[in-house]
Amino acid sequence: MKNKHDSILKGEGPILKIEGLTVDFLSNDEPVRAVDNVSFNVNRGETLVILGESGSGKSVSTSTVMDLVDCPPGDIVGGSCLFDGTELSRLDAEGRRNINGRRIAMIFQDPLAYLNPVYTVGRQIAEVFESHDAAHGKQARANAIELLRRVGIPEPESRVDFYPHQFSGGQRQRVMIAMAIALKPDILIADEPTTALDVSVQAQILDLLRDLQSETGMALVMITHDLEVAASMADRIIVMNGGKIVESGLAQEVFSNPQHPYTRRLIAALPHGEAAETSHRRSTDLTGATLLKVQHLTKEYVLASGAFAGKRTFKAVDDVSFEVRKGETLGIVGESGSGKSSIARILLRLNDPSFGEAIYAGENIFEMSGKCLVAFRRKVQMVFQDPYGSMNPRVNVRAIISEPWAIHRDLLPRSKWKDRVAELLDLVGLRPEHAERYPHQFSGGQRQRIAIARALASQPELIVCDEAVSALDVSIQAQVIDLLADLRTRLGLSYIFITHDLPIVRHFADRILVMKQGKVVEEGPTSALFSAPRHEYTQSLLKAVPKPKWLMSTEAPPAVPGAPRPERTRNGSVAG
Amino acid sequence: MFSYIGRRASHSILSVIGLLTLVFFLTRLTGDPSALYLPLDATAEARAAFARLNGLDQPIPWQFAEYLKDLLHLDFGQSLRQNRSAMEVALQAFPETLKLAFVAITLSTALAILVGSLAAARPGSLFDRIASIASLAGASAPDFWVAIVGILVFAVGLEILPTSGTGSWAHWIMPIFVLMLRPFGLLVQVVRGTMLSALASPYIKTARAKGLRRQTIIFGHALRNSLLPVVTVAGDLATSLVNGAVVVESIFGWPGIGKLMIDSIIQRDFAVVQSTILVTATAIFILNIAIDLLYAFLDPRIRY
Repeated sequence: MKNKHDSILKGEGPILKIEGLTVDFLSNDEPVRAVDNVSFNVNRGETLVILGESGSGKSVSTSTVMDLVDCPPGDIVGGSCLFDGTELSRLDAEGRRNINGRRIAMIFQDPLAYLNPVYTVGRQIAEVFESHDAAHGKQARANAIELLRRVGIPEPESRVDFYPHQFSGGQRQRVMIAMAIALKPDILIADEPTTALDVSVQAQILDLLRDLQSETGMALVMITHDLEVAASMADRIIVMNGGKIVESGLAQEVFSNPQHPYTRRLIAALPHGEAAETSHRRSTDLTGATLLKVQHLTKEYVLASGAFAGKRTFKAVDDVSFEVRKGETLGIVGESGSGKSSIARILLRLNDPSFGEAIYAGENIFEMSGKCLVAFRRKVQMVFQDPYGSMNPRVNVRAIISEPWAIHRDLLPRSKWKDRVAELLDLVGLRPEHAERYPHQFSGGQRQRIAIARALASQPELIVCDEAVSALDVSIQAQVIDLLADLRTRLGLSYIFITHDLPIVRHFADRILVMKQGKVVEEGPTSALFSAPRHEYTQSLLKAVPKPKWLMSTEAPPAVPGAPRPERTRNGSVAG
Repeated sequence: MFSYIGRRASHSILSVIGLLTLVFFLTRLTGDPSALYLPLDATAEARAAFARLNGLDQPIPWQFAEYLKDLLHLDFGQSLRQNRSAMEVALQAFPETLKLAFVAITLSTALAILVGSLAAARPGSLFDRIASIASLAGASAPDFWVAIVGILVFAVGLEILPTSGTGSWAHWIMPIFVLMLRPFGLLVQVVRGTMLSALASPYIKTARAKGLRRQTIIFGHALRNSLLPVVTVAGDLATSLVNGAVVVESIFGWPGIGKLMIDSIIQRDFAVVQSTILVTATAIFILNIAIDLLYAFLDPRIRY
């Protein structure tokens, strides 16, 4: 790190110089200013992180550099992008082609969508060489295999002929990276490269990016909304909000001494920022009666059986038992495929279990039918990850929130619906006049509030939140969790809070269940689990949370220049 | 994959049998053939003899049983009109229809892909607007009207094309053109629509970020992903053409299976009607399997 900073300070001159960039998006009314007079430099070999929440303009400004903004609706109002002495906006198609993929490359958030589904990964990587006349035919294929090996895809000779859907999420991102570094670009732009990945896979991808950067000496421009990722990668950092740069500087300075109120607010929302043991978001009273008792819950899926092979079964949920007490928050933590969402779906009777029972207030959920089941469904509500996908886009918020009363007729007379909707909106921090709007007119955080209001409408006792804040920006996450905690205190609710994100539950859950491959590997009170995790999987999850870069480099004794840096001592790059 | 084809084949045989049963009884509802084939003043004895000779004196369920029995021996009955094997008549007409259908659907698909892709590459451009208007006109023009106007203008008026029949390449021009109109119009709209959404998809951003050539992006990345709906619609249109373009074949006197079918129905030539149905149903079944296999070829995520 030291050398890099020195070279920056020595002033070889930035490789990319953006000045006064302003981009509008045309809409039916006023054009929306997405990027407003943004100027920054990228130096050779450094990692620049652009930090911001959704809609802050961070992606648009880098997409402009790559000429990926569609015009219309985009409209580049002004500014210049000077790359290595060339003004990018004045390039013709052929000149642009010589920059894109060869000198500046880019990777994106969702590698499945950003890889062409109908071509093999080998072909998509080889294409980079062929379109830039760097290699052809057999040579391009050999290069592709070599790249796949470099980014840690096992058995690259055979996997080169696989299609994107045959890889896991982490491997797809490795493929994207292979494609991007094919021609050893000067700048790699990574737009939320780990946002869609599990935390342990995220750590591997970040490691890979760091390794490749030190190997090739390329500059890395990383766009993220995740403060931890930002801290673990950045040499320098730019904080964007509302299309403007609100703060910039060396990463450590920005994180330890934020100047702008927005940056301060962001950093305060960081789950690691405060002492968790005194969190105001936990329940105070933990002596409530048992509300839900789940025993030996198992869900098996029968996989396709061949003519000679016997039936194979896959256990999505494997002998899971737990309890939820009244007024308690139970966190269920696990990575994708751990079975945590299957549990939620089974408890709500959206799927049937293979074995096991769940006693809710004295009755087995899985044996309920008719009126009893309808009553149960009123008492247990769910908040989904994607509030937009779980709302009917053609009806307004009033109809969305009052639907439970149309189903459970005895709950509320129709004459009181209007007032109650206003009350609920007020309760979740929205305004009564929002009732007439439609879901698409709200932001992600507001939509999740509406989903919570809908869940509250049927006066539930237990709310199951399945990744309810995962899709939200950090500061919004904190707001929604505060809201949930507040509602628990005021209404005596219980929560099952399912997430892949350990730091979030640290402040909110009273007890935590850690799941892996359908099994519960560890269970315990939150503080005990965080301070002394027993199972190695829990330990690895905790460790996978990215650590600030400046801490990693200062941990190494400064007197010994050749000392290995801690982030390099990971075990092999086994793909996620 | 072979088990898939086997499964599809067995399903199709069931539906063909059902279809033949339906056709058998429906054709018998059209009336007695002897009223058409014997002179008006034929005696009652002569009519009875004609009916006996052709097995028409038996009760209809009995006739059906006989028909099924003959089917097992691949005997599809005799044509009353032409006095030879009904299947021979059908198989003689079918290649004429196939030729026409193949040329029309191949040309219109190829042309539509080109026009639709170019229109989608620059939405709102002059080319796009002309393509949209032309395809809409093509898709909505009634083919019998276009055919008759075509004959009036090019055959009767300008005398540069023959009115009907077969023989020279000039005989092909008008039938092909009329048959292409609707498929071309529909397919341009489909290609344009799917190409627009394909060009807006994330993997096209990747392709642009990789610095690929524009034509590679449009025809290599976007088009390949847009072909699935195009194949669905083109397959559907091909099915209707293979079935015999009854109107076009009749107007242009094209000796295909569509013309044969309508002639045989009018003439109450039951065995020929049944044979044409059997031939076209089999062809459509093969076409559908081919389309399914084409899906799997085009999209690696589809496997049977």
